[in-house]
Amino acid sequence: MSDSIVDSAGQGMSKRELLAMIGKTAGASAMYMAMAGMEQAQASNFKGPVKLEGGAKGASVLILGAGVAGMTSALELSKAGYKVQVLEYQDRIGGRSWTLSGGTTYTELGGATQTCQFAPGNYINPGPWRIPWHHHGLIHYCHELGVELEPFMQVNYNAYVHNTKAFGGKPQRFRHVQADYFGYVSELLSKSVKQGALNDAVTKEDAEMLLESLRGFGALDRNMRYVKGMPSSGRRGYDKEPGGGLSAVPEPSDPIAFSELMQSGLWRSIAGNLQWDHEFTIFQPVGGMIQVGKAFERAAGHLVRKNSKVTSIQQNEKGVVVTYKDTKTGEVMKAAADYCICTIPLPILAQIDMNVGGELASAIRAVPYSTSVKVGLEFKRRFWEQDDKIYGGITYTDLPNSQISYPSSRYGAKGPGVLLGCYTGGAAGYELTASTPEERVAKVLEWGSQIHPQYKDEFMNGSSVAWHRIPWTLGCFGTWTEQTRADHYKNLCQMDGRIMLAGEHASYYGGWQEGGITSAIDTITRLHQRVMAG
Amino acid sequence: MNKLILTTIALAMAAPVSAQTPAPAPARPAGAAAGDAAFGARMLGPATGEQIFHRVCAACHMHDAKGAEGAGRYPALAGNRNLAVPAYPAMVVVKGLNGMPAIGQMLTDEQVADVVTYVRSNFGNKFKGKITAAEVKALR
Repeated sequence: MSDSIVDSAGQGMSKRELLAMIGKTAGASAMYMAMAGMEQAQASNFKGPVKLEGGAKGASVLILGAGVAGMTSALELSKAGYKVQVLEYQDRIGGRSWTLSGGTTYTELGGATQTCQFAPGNYINPGPWRIPWHHHGLIHYCHELGVELEPFMQVNYNAYVHNTKAFGGKPQRFRHVQADYFGYVSELLSKSVKQGALNDAVTKEDAEMLLESLRGFGALDRNMRYVKGMPSSGRRGYDKEPGGGLSAVPEPSDPIAFSELMQSGLWRSIAGNLQWDHEFTIFQPVGGMIQVGKAFERAAGHLVRKNSKVTSIQQNEKGVVVTYKDTKTGEVMKAAADYCICTIPLPILAQIDMNVGGELASAIRAVPYSTSVKVGLEFKRRFWEQDDKIYGGITYTDLPNSQISYPSSRYGAKGPGVLLGCYTGGAAGYELTASTPEERVAKVLEWGSQIHPQYKDEFMNGSSVAWHRIPWTLGCFGTWTEQTRADHYKNLCQMDGRIMLAGEHASYYGGWQEGGITSAIDTITRLHQRVMAG
Repeated sequence: MNKLILTTIALAMAAPVSAQTPAPAPARPAGAAAGDAAFGARMLGPATGEQIFHRVCAACHMHDAKGAEGAGRYPALAGNRNLAVPAYPAMVVVKGLNGMPAIGQMLTDEQVADVVTYVRSNFGNKFKGKITAAEVKALR
């Protein structure tokens, strides 16, 4: 489309459609302002380093699970003087704070063993992979325990958005879709303002400011149109980029036709990047998320007994006794303490013999775990950087792999590179989970090659994690609905006798490490209050 | 490599993960943001009971329906007497159980009935009786 939307698309657009669109726009901007306001007002759940003062009165705490919730509890309680022991099923500390890199070996349920073949320096984070700036608790521990953070490239304007049923299946640059979407919305809204369509809602003075803002927001020309030219190309980029010397003159590019843009649905990806969870600054640990687990191991690893499978949790008025089996020797043992903080994922905890009240027992059984699959692919070279000029960030697609994420570190490195070829859930997630590791890689290669044809020539090897096949979680993370929150959330977090639960499943940060940490701090604070109260 | 790709294409053709059916948007995982457009929001698409079993159920219960055990376990569906009354497995599929998601949310009533029938009459299971799509609908 080379001319104003009003000249072309506007002809075919009913007033009702136009108004509906403006309504959506007003809704979006209202939402945006509301989000900005919320940010001003937001008070963190993390109040700074936890202070458990007054001594522990000799009390002991048995912690089940050595993920971030268990390790935060162990570290802080031991600092406060409690006698602490942690039992962990795996032979590794950190739980889902995990990284697949060259040499990582693991066996999933069903018996398939994968040994990651990535070259040194290459990795994927199969679980949590990004740390938003407002995850104050996790960032605090990263700083305190020596985990170096670097930017995670959440938004890359030059990555792709892709719909197999739009543009003949050709992926589009995020930059083009966003610039054109903002441009057309601005043009339409400015037209409706000038026609007086918003007179009831907007004063004359505000309307003038609104028009002025739309010119900038949408990159409109002097006639308030979003058309091919230098203002729009200043956003979406040029057909020929500016240079120096005699070949310096840039050539502007053609915006995507309005109707084609709307019908493509690709604008959906723009809103995702406005999420509070995804906004800049957003970090990743240098060297992979496993560094978080390693840092907690350095700080409190001496408190952890690994390879310990919990089979029973029993309490009475005096304390808690946990029965566990050493997974290497088969020996069955017992551990006792005054209190127990249990961070075991709920699908597993639901199967463990445990004498708690009916409300907690029901809550433990009320939270289904999400399916999620990540597949990392190693290629002979970083063709996405070298050929496509994509440095980090995420491509979104309607193919079953959902996303392709490019590494946010070591830009320009020669030699093999690893990208995340798939991060998906739902029906696609189940199907990939039910596939063998080899089939997962093959399918993801096939899907991704529709976006990056280089896949087929450059592929070296791949590794996957399908969370429902992970023996120590049986799923990726707890999923709540409004109804289950109302019915069970408080009961899940409430102390039951001498037992308390912690973990991302006991938080409003489902699936994020910050949920595990804030849940742990809340739990140990309440536990300490009880001990202090005697 | 090429052979691998070809096998894959064949696999993908035989068992497409379909995004054709407009999804009635099952609950989005809290950790998945709006930008993760396809994350968790797909219906399975056309499939027989047998195909549904191997594309969905087998993710946890395994292709031989014998389940698996780690820190916790996935129960075997082979030889499982809880399948005797068809309404029970249908209810589990539709509502979920313990950590098991309500996978029936991404299946039609007919598909729930089909996969329940498939599981109840395979893997050594020879349970009599059937559940109909209408009965599944009533369970939702």
